[in-house]
Amino acid sequence: MGSCLCPLRACWLEEGNLEEMHAARSGVSLESCALCLHKNENCLMGRKIHIIDFDDENNMINKKVLLHQAGEIWHISASPADRGVLATCYNRTSDSKVLTCAAVWRMPKELESGSHESPDDSSSTAQTLELLCHLDNTAHGNMACVVWEPMGDGKRIISLADNHILLWDLQESSSQAVLASSASLEGKGQLRFTSGRWSPHHNCTQVATASDTTLRGWDTRSMSQIYCIENAHGQLVRDLDFNPNKQYYLASCGDDCKVKFWDTRNVTEPVKTLEEHSHWVWNVRYNHSHDQLVLTGSSDSRVMLSNMVSISSEPFGHLVDDDDISDQEDHRSEEKSKEPLQDNVIATYEEHEDSVYAVDWSSADPWLFASLSYDGRLVINRVPRALKYHILL
Amino acid sequence: MAAAATAGSSPGSGPGDSPEGPEAEAPERRRKAHGMLKLYYGLSEGEAAGRPAGPDPLDPTDLNGAHFDPEVYLDKLRRECPLAQLMDSETDMVRQIRALDSDMQTLVYENYNKFISATDTIRKMKNDFRKMEDEMDRLATNMAVITDFSARISATLQDRHERITKLAGVHALLRKLQFLFELPSRLTKCVELGAYGQAVRYQGRAQAVLQQYQHLPSFRAIQDDCQVITARLAQQLRQRFRCGPSSLTPALPPAECVELLLFLAHARGRLEEELRSLEAELGPSPPAPDVLEFTDHGGSGFVGGLCQVAAAYQELFAAQGPAGAEKLAAFTRELGSRYFALVERRLAQEQGGGDNSLLVRALDRFHRRLRAPGALLAAAGLTDAATEIVERVARERLGHHLQGLRAAFLGCLTDVRQALAAPRVAGKEGPGLAELLANVASSILSHIKASLAAVHLFTAKEVSFSNKPYFRGEFCSQGVREGLIVGFIRSMCQTAQSFCDSPGEKGGATPPALLLLLSRLCLDYETATISYILTLTDEQFLVQDQSPVTPVSTLCAEARETARRLLTHYVKVQGLVISQMLRKSVETRDWLSTLEPRNVRAVMKRVVEDTTAIDVQVGLLYEEGVRKAQSSDSSKRTFSVYSSSRQQGRYAPSYTPSAPMDTNLLSNIQKLFSERIDVFSPVEFNKVSVLTGIIKISLKTLLECVRLRTFGRFGLQQVQVDCHFLQLYLWRFVADEELVHLLLDEVVASAALRCPDPVPMEPSVVEVICERG
Repeated sequence: MGSCLCPLRACWLEEGNLEEMHAARSGVSLESCALCLHKNENCLMGRKIHIIDFDDENNMINKKVLLHQAGEIWHISASPADRGVLATCYNRTSDSKVLTCAAVWRMPKELESGSHESPDDSSSTAQTLELLCHLDNTAHGNMACVVWEPMGDGKRIISLADNHILLWDLQESSSQAVLASSASLEGKGQLRFTSGRWSPHHNCTQVATASDTTLRGWDTRSMSQIYCIENAHGQLVRDLDFNPNKQYYLASCGDDCKVKFWDTRNVTEPVKTLEEHSHWVWNVRYNHSHDQLVLTGSSDSRVMLSNMVSISSEPFGHLVDDDDISDQEDHRSEEKSKEPLQDNVIATYEEHEDSVYAVDWSSADPWLFASLSYDGRLVINRVPRALKYHILL
Repeated sequence: MAAAATAGSSPGSGPGDSPEGPEAEAPERRRKAHGMLKLYYGLSEGEAAGRPAGPDPLDPTDLNGAHFDPEVYLDKLRRECPLAQLMDSETDMVRQIRALDSDMQTLVYENYNKFISATDTIRKMKNDFRKMEDEMDRLATNMAVITDFSARISATLQDRHERITKLAGVHALLRKLQFLFELPSRLTKCVELGAYGQAVRYQGRAQAVLQQYQHLPSFRAIQDDCQVITARLAQQLRQRFRCGPSSLTPALPPAECVELLLFLAHARGRLEEELRSLEAELGPSPPAPDVLEFTDHGGSGFVGGLCQVAAAYQELFAAQGPAGAEKLAAFTRELGSRYFALVERRLAQEQGGGDNSLLVRALDRFHRRLRAPGALLAAAGLTDAATEIVERVARERLGHHLQGLRAAFLGCLTDVRQALAAPRVAGKEGPGLAELLANVASSILSHIKASLAAVHLFTAKEVSFSNKPYFRGEFCSQGVREGLIVGFIRSMCQTAQSFCDSPGEKGGATPPALLLLLSRLCLDYETATISYILTLTDEQFLVQDQSPVTPVSTLCAEARETARRLLTHYVKVQGLVISQMLRKSVETRDWLSTLEPRNVRAVMKRVVEDTTAIDVQVGLLYEEGVRKAQSSDSSKRTFSVYSSSRQQGRYAPSYTPSAPMDTNLLSNIQKLFSERIDVFSPVEFNKVSVLTGIIKISLKTLLECVRLRTFGRFGLQQVQVDCHFLQLYLWRFVADEELVHLLLDEVVASAALRCPDPVPMEPSVVEVICERG
C-alpha cells in the first residue's frame, strides 16, 4: 500500500470531562488529537482522519484511522461541546471540477470513549465517519474554513465560502444545519476569505476573518463588519488567532514571513511584529491558558515557540494578588516583577523536513503542542521545562 | 375825650409803673413794653419774669395783668374801699391815663420823624445808583478801548522783541565762543596756577562742543590747543602722581580718585558710542556690511578704544595696586560682554551663509584684535570669552556642514530616482545604473571634500586661533572627524536603511534599482571610500587629541550591514514581484480541465525575461560571483548542450507511473542529504547570490501554490513543461544549479501528488515543446 501523507490541517479534540475519566481509570492523562491526513492510495482520493492519542506518562502514541470518504479534507475543526463531533471542509471532485464543501460528522462511539484499549486493531480496521449534516454551500462557492462557536453548546458554526461568511444553526442534535445569517464581502477583484477565527470574548459575538492582506472583524449578531485592518500583512494573510485571555488582542501571520499582534481597537499599527521565519507563516496559535506563549508554523519547515511577555495578559509574570498570601510569596512575586522576561523566541523546532502547515496546542495540557508537516510527520513537543517553571512559579 | 376813652379801655395799663414816674424810669419802662410785646407774641412767661415778683399774673384784679377784668376790679373796689379812697383812686386813674396819652403822642412823633428820614434816604439811594450804573457802563467801554490799544502796541513791538531775544541768544553764544576761544589761555593759566580741578572742569565742558564742531578749522585749532594743554596737564598730573604718595599733599588723593572716576566715565562714554554704532550696523536684518567689515569696525573702534583705555589706565594708576586693576577688570568685563553679545548676534546671522573663508577671516580678526587687550587685561578673561565664541561658531559651522552634506545626499537620491524613472519611459532601462552610481559617489565625495576644505580653514596656520587647544585637538577629532565625517556616513547608512523598512512592501515605494544602487554605494564605502575619507580627514587635520574615535572598521561594518540589508531587501522585493506573478498564474488557472499542453505558459517566459532583466541590472553593479558547479565542474558548458539528456535521466524515474513510491522515497532521501533551503536567507555581494535568492523565493512560492491545487492529467503535464522550461533557463543564474533542480523537482512531485491521474508527459515531448517555446 504505497501511501504518502499530505496532511494539511490538524486539531486537538476537545477533552472535556473525558480526560478525568481516563485519569481516574488508568492514572494517566491522555490527550487526543485528530489529524486529517490526505492519503493518496492508488490514485484514489481516499481520505482518512487519524486520531492520535498521546499518553503523556508513557510517551506512547496510539493512532486510529477514520475514513472520510466524501473527499480530501482541507480544514477540520472539532466541536467544543461534543467530543465525537467535528466539522470538515473537503474537496469534492466531479466532472473535472473541484468544489470544496463542508459537513459535520460524528465519530464512531468506541473511538470516542476508551480509545487506547485496543490499539492494535484500530490501526488496521479503518472505521467510517457518520455524516451528521452538510453545510449547503451550492450558492456560495468554495468553503475555506469552518469554525465552531467557542464555549458554546456546539450549535453554532461559521463557515467561510469564497467571499461569504455564513452562520449556521445546527438543529435536531446536529442533524440539520440551517443558515441563520450571512454576510458577504463586496469589492473589486476576487475577494476570497482564507481563514477565520471566532473570538472567545464578548460573549462570542465576534468573528475575525482574513482575506488577501486584510483582516476584518464581524459581529455575528448583525453580521456587519466592526473593524478592518487594511494591509495587515504585506502579502496574503494565512492565519489568525485571538488571545484567549486578553480582549481585543489578535495575532495574524502571512506570506510576508511576519507574525503581527494587533489591538483591534487601534488598527493602524500592529502592537508588535515578529519576523523570525524565513518563509510564509501558515499558522499562529496562542496557548490557551498562558497567552504569552505563541506557536507559529511556517513553510520554512520550522516551528517556533515565542514568549510574548510584553503584550500578554500577565506582562510581569504571574502576580499573586490574593489577600492571604504569605509574605514570602509576596516577596517572590515582587522579585519577579522586577525582572520581566523579554519577548523572545524560546525555541525553534526543526524536526520537520518539509513545510509545516499546522500547529496547535493541546486542549488538555497547556504545555503540550503538536505540529504537522507536508511530509506527513507529526511532532509533539513540550514547552521547555525551565520556561514552564518560570511561568508557573 | 380821647383821654377818657383810653382810660376806659386801658385803665390798668400802667398803675404799677406810674408811681415811679415815666421820665425817670425809661429803661424800666422799655423793658416793660418789651415784656408786654413778648407777652403778646406768646413768648415764655419766664422771659418776662425778670421783673420784681408782682401779684399773681392770673389775678383779674391786677391792672397790669393780662387777665384783668374791669368788672371784677370795680366790684372789688366798690366792695372794699370807702368813698374817699374811691375818689383818690379815680383821680389817680385819670392822671395815669393822661400821662399815658402824652407818652403815646411823643412816641408817635418821634417815630414819625424817623420814617420820614428813612424814606428820604431810600429815595436818595435810588438816584445815586442810577448814576453809578451809567458810570460803570462808561468804564466798561473804556476798558475795551484800553485792551485794544494794548494789543496793538504789543503787536507793533513783536518783531523788535524777537530781535532782542535773538540778540540775547547771540550774546550768549558769543559768550560761549569767547569762552572757547579763551579756553586755551584759561587752561594754560589754570595749569600754571595749579588749579587742575578747574582745568578739568573747563575741558569737560568744552569737550563735547569741540568734538561736535571739529570739522571747522577754527574749532579744530582750539581743540588741538586744548588737547596739547590737556596732555601737558595730564603729564603734570602723572608726574605729580609718580612723585609718590609721600610728596602729595594729604588733600590730593581724594582729588585724584575723583579724577580716576572721571576718566573712566569718560572712557565709558566713548566706548559705548562705539558699541552703539556697531549695534546700528547690526540693526537691519540683511546686514549691509559683511561680517569682515563688521568685525573690523568692532576691532578698530571698540577694541582699539579699550586697549587705549587700558593702557592709559595702567600707566596712570599703576600705583593703585590690585584694587585699581580690579576696577578696570570689572569695567572691561562689562563692556566686553556687551561687545561679545553684539558680535555673536552678527555671527549668528552669518550661520546660514555658505562662505567659510570670509567667516574665518572675520573670526580671525576678531580674535587677533582681542589678543592685545587680552594680554593687558588677563584678569578680565576677554581672550577666553573670545575663544569660546570662536569655538562655538566653529561647532555651529560643523553642524551646518553636516546638514549640508545630508541634504546633498538626499538630493543625489532624488536625482537618481528621477533618472531611474525617466529612461523607463523612454524604453531603455538600466544602462545608466553604473553611471548613476559613479555620479552619486563622486558628487557625495566632492561634497565631503568641499566641506572638509571649508572646515579646514579654521585650523589654518595663519589663523590666530588655530593654535588654541580646542582647534588643535577636539575640533579635529571630535568635531570634524566624529561629528562631520562619521556622522555623515552614519546618517547616510540610516537613510539607506530606512528604505528597507519602508511600509510600501507591496507597492514597492522605492524603485528596486535604487535599492541596488544604494547597496552598491554602501559596499563601495565599506571597501574603499570610508577609509579614504577618514585618511584624508586625518591627514588634513593632524589629530593630536587622544580622545577615542570611531575606528574605520566599525564604520565599515556598519556600511556593510547597510549594504547587506539593502541587497536582501532588493532580493525580497524582486522575488516578491516574480512570485506574485507565479502565484496568480497558479491560483487563477483551472488545472483540472486544462487542455494538453502545447506551449510553455506565457507567464513562465515572462518570469525568465524578468529574471534576465534583473540579472542585467545586478550585473551592472555587482561582480559575477562564484558558482559552485562552475568552479568545481568544467562540465558546465556541456551541460547546457546536453541538458536534455541529463534531464531525461532525472525525470525519467519520477514519472513512470509504475513507481510513484520511488519518487517519494527519492525526494525524501534527497532531502536527507541536501541542506535545508533557507528561502529568505541573507545574500552575498555578488550577482549570482542575488539571483539565487530571487529565484529561490520565486520557486518556493511556485511550490507552495502548486501544493494547494488539484491537477488533472494535463494540468500536471503543463506543470512539467513549465518546470522544464524554467530549468532550461534559470540554471545559469544561480550559484548552485542543484538548487533549481531540487526545487523544480519538488514542484513537479507535489503536482503529481495533487493529481488523481498522474500520467506524466514523455520527456522528449516536453523538450520539444520547451525548445519550440
